[in-house]
Amino acid sequence: MKTLFHIGRYALFIKRVFERPERGKVYWRLFIDEAYKLGVNSLGIIIIISGFMGMVITIQTASQIEGGWIPPYTVGYTTRQSIILEFSPTMLALILAGKIGSNIASELGTMRVTEQIDALEIMGINSAGYLVFPKIIAFMFIMPFLVMLSMFVGIYFGYVICELSNIITPAQYIYGVQDDFRPFDIVYALTKSVVFAFIITTISAYHGYYASGSALEVGKASTRAVVFSSIVVLIFNYLITQMLLT
Amino acid sequence: MIEVKGINKSFGDNHVLHDIDCVFEPGSPNLVIGASGSGKTTLCKCIVGLFSPDSGTISYDGRIFNQMGRNEKKEIRKEIGFLFQGSALFDYLTVEENIKFPLQMFSDMTPLEMQKRAEFCLERVGLDGANKLMPSELSGGMKKRVGIARAISYRPKYLFCDEPNSGLDPQTAILIDKLIKDITVDFNITTIVITHDMNSVLEIGERLAFIHKGKLLWTGSNDEVLSADCFELTDFIYASTTMKQLRKQHQQ
Ligand SMILES: Nc1ncnc2c1ncn2[C@@H]1O[C@H](COP(=O)(O)OP(=O)(O)OP(=O)(O)O)[C@@H](O)[C@H]1O
Ligand SMILES: [Mg+2]
Repeated sequence: MKTLFHIGRYALFIKRVFERPERGKVYWRLFIDEAYKLGVNSLGIIIIISGFMGMVITIQTASQIEGGWIPPYTVGYTTRQSIILEFSPTMLALILAGKIGSNIASELGTMRVTEQIDALEIMGINSAGYLVFPKIIAFMFIMPFLVMLSMFVGIYFGYVICELSNIITPAQYIYGVQDDFRPFDIVYALTKSVVFAFIITTISAYHGYYASGSALEVGKASTRAVVFSSIVVLIFNYLITQMLLT
Repeated sequence: MIEVKGINKSFGDNHVLHDIDCVFEPGSPNLVIGASGSGKTTLCKCIVGLFSPDSGTISYDGRIFNQMGRNEKKEIRKEIGFLFQGSALFDYLTVEENIKFPLQMFSDMTPLEMQKRAEFCLERVGLDGANKLMPSELSGGMKKRVGIARAISYRPKYLFCDEPNSGLDPQTAILIDKLIKDITVDFNITTIVITHDMNSVLEIGERLAFIHKGKLLWTGSNDEVLSADCFELTDFIYASTTMKQLRKQHQQ
């Protein structure tokens, strides 16, 4: 019952978000601001996480195939596939659901409880559209770039660990990375990432926008935002994979 | 002119407004007075549509608000200036950007005209020079005044002020009362002021409406208020003006 209520209200909320804006020029500026904020502020965390994950995946894969009949370049191949197919689009989305999701929910929640959203409504502004539309579009726009950066950093640090240790030679790693490359994998990953960006921004915005009461509620709303957007990301990860890869 | 007919509003079991009938005329401020929790803010929010009343009608110069679609409501809302009890300034914008905000969204002014208008409004509320401050850097009373400046920047036809001078020193409070009155008279707009401040009641309260526990018990002017034969009202007035009364007795 409660789930149905939320799904219905979420649908209406999305409809309002995508209504024709009051003034295009203002929205354009907001889009630029948001894209910059979401993009630049996430660079550090993306580089750190992707770098370490690239190294760990490489070491783990290498340790799995040690001494067997599997050729060493498989390490490069496996690292590339793991990073492109799953780590960069999905793990990154989950991490950003925590960072950006809680950010959006607490920003909107604070605006709700301090009546700033009411102030927009009273002026005759579609507050949902004004506040949320630029965030959605900006994050959907910027997410593929973040994911590509993450892929590059992850694979590069796999190479770095090959240089630093002697698990396999860098040349074998590079050979593996280039082996049997399918451009469609990138299409699949970036498609996922755009869908995840939509899920994270809209669900978090929904929870923040409908926060009510006090600062305490804002905290709860932002927790809910992270939990629900993560779950929905995982569900859609499954659905998209089922659709595109089978 | 804003006409309110038979407004009822409940939050769950809490019946906050009971059958409010009232007319707010332009040209002179309409003061809504009443104890804390009596439903004043709720009434104003029902009038502007932030809360939807359970029953009753609200009309703005004959335009019946609660039967309108969202786009028609939007048109009326562009004519409304609203000062929230907690100011509700946009905290990611500077003072000046807050005041310019409605202009940027709706007017065809050039940036220079907007700048001038913002500075004019700031000056009217006695805050010239505060342009570049962020709301977090303001005191409560300064926030109120920026809130008023924002409410009047787009030249509203209907102005709502929820406790405009609570938290202000007496001197600034008088300045704000005078500002609200001047704007109302000069532009012949319909102004509704919620207040607890007996000074405001005596100074600018030519039209008063007294709300007690969600019921409109009395309407009249500041000339009549001291001699009103409404028990709850006299209670309210004399509780708030004890000091004044004491002084009067002392002088006699
Ligand atoms: N959003 C809301 N949800 C539930 N109850 C509410 C809400 N807003 C107000 N109320 C209730 O309505 C009643 C009247 O509140 P209101 O804010 O209108 O009082 P007020 O006259 O403005 O008081 P004050 O002078 O303290 O501002 C209170 O009992 C309050 O609990
Ligand atoms: Mg109030």
